[in-house]
Amino acid sequence: MSLLDYFRISKASSASLAKERLQILVAHERSSRNQPSYLPELQKELLEVIRKYVNVGQEAISVNFEQDDNQETLELNIVLPDYHAKTP
Amino acid sequence: MARIIVVTSGKGGVGKTTTSAAIAMGLAKKGHKTAVIDFDVGLRNLDLIMGCERRVVYDFVNVINGEASLNQALIRDKNCNLLYILPASQTRDKDALSQEGVGKILEDLSKDFKYIVCDSPAGIEKGAHLAMYFADDAFVVTNPEVSSVRDSDRMLGILASKSRRAEQNQEPIREYLLLSRYSPDRVKLGEMLSVDDVQEILSLHLLGVIPESKSVLNASNSGIPVILDEKSDAGQAYVDIVARYLGEDKPHRFIDGKKGLFAKLFGGR
Repeated sequence: MSLLDYFRISKASSASLAKERLQILVAHERSSRNQPSYLPELQKELLEVIRKYVNVGQEAISVNFEQDDNQETLELNIVLPDYHAKTP
Repeated sequence: MARIIVVTSGKGGVGKTTTSAAIAMGLAKKGHKTAVIDFDVGLRNLDLIMGCERRVVYDFVNVINGEASLNQALIRDKNCNLLYILPASQTRDKDALSQEGVGKILEDLSKDFKYIVCDSPAGIEKGAHLAMYFADDAFVVTNPEVSSVRDSDRMLGILASKSRRAEQNQEPIREYLLLSRYSPDRVKLGEMLSVDDVQEILSLHLLGVIPESKSVLNASNSGIPVILDEKSDAGQAYVDIVARYLGEDKPHRFIDGKKGLFAKLFGGR
């Protein structure tokens, strides 16, 4: 290895940066790709139902779909406001 | 029954048409009757790469519309009599291709041909969709570059969910990685994603690496598929790729970029 190579390695190479960025991006895009197509609609309708009882915003609800080898999990997370104000 | 191969990438300019021309020629040279179809309706270019642009009379859309027979539209290659080209139409009508029409042509070709190579347009619009829909095998052409890798992954998602094989719950399309425009020297300097990096991200079976090569432009300038330039590195890379696809055991080349002193002094092509 030449002296020049030492200088090159000491800097994080742009290729490793590219790899890191791609790995994160591809993992994210794959997880949303595998989601069932009804998910956005389900999320919207759930929000409407919950809003009949509790005044929550769009951001208070998260719907997560996860898939592993033998099961699919649909996780629904609702953050309730500090006091439960019933909508009229 | 023919085997239908789609050459796809998502991203444009990565070498789909170069690859389609090369592998179609390679398969035909190996003695398999092969047809190569340009799916890029409106932006026909395969004819130019294959050097038959002046012999185009009828095209893909003429056949679909019943204005010409398949035999009238197919152009026999001047270098290999087992190779036929079906050129794309230059129409600007985006809906010129229909799924039924394409399916019927592929079915007719299947009776007479061993391999059908579908040169997909870039993007994920109708032409690209139809090019991959009927495929048995997919050659995913990728450059070692972030946008190309991302688009290839996107394309893999589409192959896995939107193809006929996926819709009919058949055995999935066999997907192969063709990494093109590869510069081993730049990989060594940490300036370019390596074969291993790209394979790790896409988890695809590597069919071959095509090095960045001056011979590709020379070949397209003269309208001769680069695989016929047997002295060139890119030509040899495609010869290997065709051999591997046909089941021959060929060790990978052009990954390390090791050159002998002679090549260093006189510059390989």
